[in-house]
Amino acid sequence: MDFNDTPEEAAFRKEVRAWLDANAKRKSDDRKASRARMEEVDALPRARAWQAKKAEAGYARITWPREYGGMGGTPIQQVIYNQEEEDYLVPTGFFEIGLGMCIPTVMAYAKPEVLQRYVKPALHGKEIWCQLFSEPAAGSDVAGIRTRAERDGEDWIVNGQKVWTSGAHYCDYGIVITRTDPTVPKHQGLTMFYLDMKSPGVEVRPIKQISGTANFNEVFFTNVRIPDSQRLGKVGDGWKVALTTLMNERLAVGTRQGMDFDELLELARETELEDGPAIRNGAVRAKIADWYVQSQGLKYTTFRTLTALSKGQTPGPESSIGKIVAAPKMQSTGAFGMELMGQAGILDRDVPGAGAYQAQWIGGAGYRIAGGTDEILRNIVAERVLGLPADVRVDKDIPFNKLGK
Amino acid sequence: MNFDFSDDQKMLQEQVRRFLADKCPPKTVRRVLEGNEPYAEEVWRGLVEMGLTGAAIPEEFGGLGLGALELCVVAEELGRACAPVPFSSSVYLASEAIRKAGSAAQKQKYLPQLAAGEAIGTIAVSEGPTAASPRTVRAKFSKGALSGAKNPVPDGEAASFAVVLVNTGGEGERALSLALVDLKAKGVSRRPVNTIDPARKHAEIVFDGAPAELLGAEGDGWSILQDVYDGAAVLFAFEQIGGSEAALDMARDYALQRYAFGRQIGSYQAIKHKLADVYVKKELARSNAYYGAMMLADGGADLPIAAAASRIAATEAYDFAAAECIQTHGGIGFTWEADTQFHYRRSRVLALAIGGPGVWKEKLVRRLEQQNAA
Repeated sequence: MDFNDTPEEAAFRKEVRAWLDANAKRKSDDRKASRARMEEVDALPRARAWQAKKAEAGYARITWPREYGGMGGTPIQQVIYNQEEEDYLVPTGFFEIGLGMCIPTVMAYAKPEVLQRYVKPALHGKEIWCQLFSEPAAGSDVAGIRTRAERDGEDWIVNGQKVWTSGAHYCDYGIVITRTDPTVPKHQGLTMFYLDMKSPGVEVRPIKQISGTANFNEVFFTNVRIPDSQRLGKVGDGWKVALTTLMNERLAVGTRQGMDFDELLELARETELEDGPAIRNGAVRAKIADWYVQSQGLKYTTFRTLTALSKGQTPGPESSIGKIVAAPKMQSTGAFGMELMGQAGILDRDVPGAGAYQAQWIGGAGYRIAGGTDEILRNIVAERVLGLPADVRVDKDIPFNKLGK
Repeated sequence: MNFDFSDDQKMLQEQVRRFLADKCPPKTVRRVLEGNEPYAEEVWRGLVEMGLTGAAIPEEFGGLGLGALELCVVAEELGRACAPVPFSSSVYLASEAIRKAGSAAQKQKYLPQLAAGEAIGTIAVSEGPTAASPRTVRAKFSKGALSGAKNPVPDGEAASFAVVLVNTGGEGERALSLALVDLKAKGVSRRPVNTIDPARKHAEIVFDGAPAELLGAEGDGWSILQDVYDGAAVLFAFEQIGGSEAALDMARDYALQRYAFGRQIGSYQAIKHKLADVYVKKELARSNAYYGAMMLADGGADLPIAAAASRIAATEAYDFAAAECIQTHGGIGFTWEADTQFHYRRSRVLALAIGGPGVWKEKLVRRLEQQNAA
């Protein structure tokens, strides 16, 4: 057992590091800037510029074939790049949904000339894509969507509403799942399209979250015309296409969720409880131990996943536990950090961590829901890993338009 | 990145698993649980014949000279089978104590016998319902004679010798030493004690001037014991993970087979989510234990922290898996005839064997503080 790179991996890592050194600043050289939060309007142009640079060098999507601007590399190479990039002060985060989920779906279903047109601009950060799946009445049960698409000659006319659409306010294109046949059971009447977000009839309204920021949106469709040539997959095959998208969810590796046991240990040393330093309190110590164990458990689970990738194998089912553990932990560690500060824990600045615990406690509530709720993820583990039966679906065989609400 | 066991180690694991599936099915566990035999002799003999009691003992002392990683995969299978054998006492604890702290003569005397399964060793620490510590240990050793009572001692009846934590009268933890004592010698009396897991026998041992010798230097007992416990924590963790996996499988199988309100109970989210949580805890434990194994095998400086994390995660995983296994079974799971009890009992025995989770959480944070200060 060891954590070492294979010689090929080490060589690749060296190459990546040399390139990053030549093109970006290390976080360790500018601690202050590495912690600063940037407003979206400032961050986006920088992120586009960085994305373009990466794409030129082939690092934007390492596993994609060269003809699409990738490197034809392996998943472990992508992981190595991500690990290295984390040490540098570079703006990221706007392209993951587009490149990780939307474009792979387009690649799987669209004609070569369509790919010719869209893949490169997306890879270079010129055009950003969003995923228009969830609706007010269809979240975890996304096959229950109601946005209608009706055929009109060579076009489809789309009416309805999407919600929780991350980045829709700055996106250029999107993939949208619609209901094209309400007379069949819900999974069968769906069809996927891609569309220009500037099409007449598309209206994007940001949703302000409890954190105060607005990363996602409601998107309204009013008689939006989408040419049939922008259909992805067959009419009625939208669910199958959507599964392709969801299977392309980014492999979660090495992402740390905010303040963790080490910061809490520091905080416990700095703060006083009624009977002395917090770190001398048994209940505090037990909690720090628990979070250390969870944190290391997640880290080494990731290492097991990386081992499989390094050997060219498919990662085992253990790779599915990350968010189930990390999301509630993010929320509870945030809450605990606040508690250590006494009543002043409710202040969101001028406290230890400069508001990071407070932000984490707020953000944790969202992280437990985003991209698969705690509950849906447990269903997935139970069904796909343990082989337990799928939930009873009373609406499975009933035509969509005959369902009760 | 190569954070996995080797193909050879996996093959060894598979071999041990097949052996135990064949020679140590639930009815063997039940036989020991319900009877008076100190351990399942035929299972123990098989393990000895496979060389496993000497897996980590150097070849010069008649062992296979393999490493800690091989012991880890064996431990996982013993846990899966709830094997009623004195393996942890003799191999994780007694053999390791001698290997770490024994004189040349002591190694020469004991290790070959341990490897060959001719001797079974154990470790005698507890003196009743209080944590054994420099403040509480009363068993006395002086001028080659040991007096005092230890209870419960795992495999106390089966063992031929014991490593005993004794008070030799110094300051603080320097008060404690380890003594090696032949359990067949005069001045030693033993009696079986009833425990929550009769499939793993324990005894009370009373020493009355029994002839003994020091293992390691006088006053080093507590510190050697902590070292031995760190290694054992990783091995116990694998045993607990094996047990967690078996308990989860048992619960899953029952949830698929049992119908209530017209459906398999495994189709209800109350059961699905519970068992998903069992799986999550088990995998967190496994990942921690892999790192513990790596540190144990390499003699890595991070072992004390990794061992504590392995121990805490695995104890939580097995306690939870065993309890929810019974819960998933409902009433039938609480009957004597159900095998669910094996895991419920064993999970607590293992949880308390070398210090419960509270003890290890405290150790972990203390070690993190030290690391942080260094």
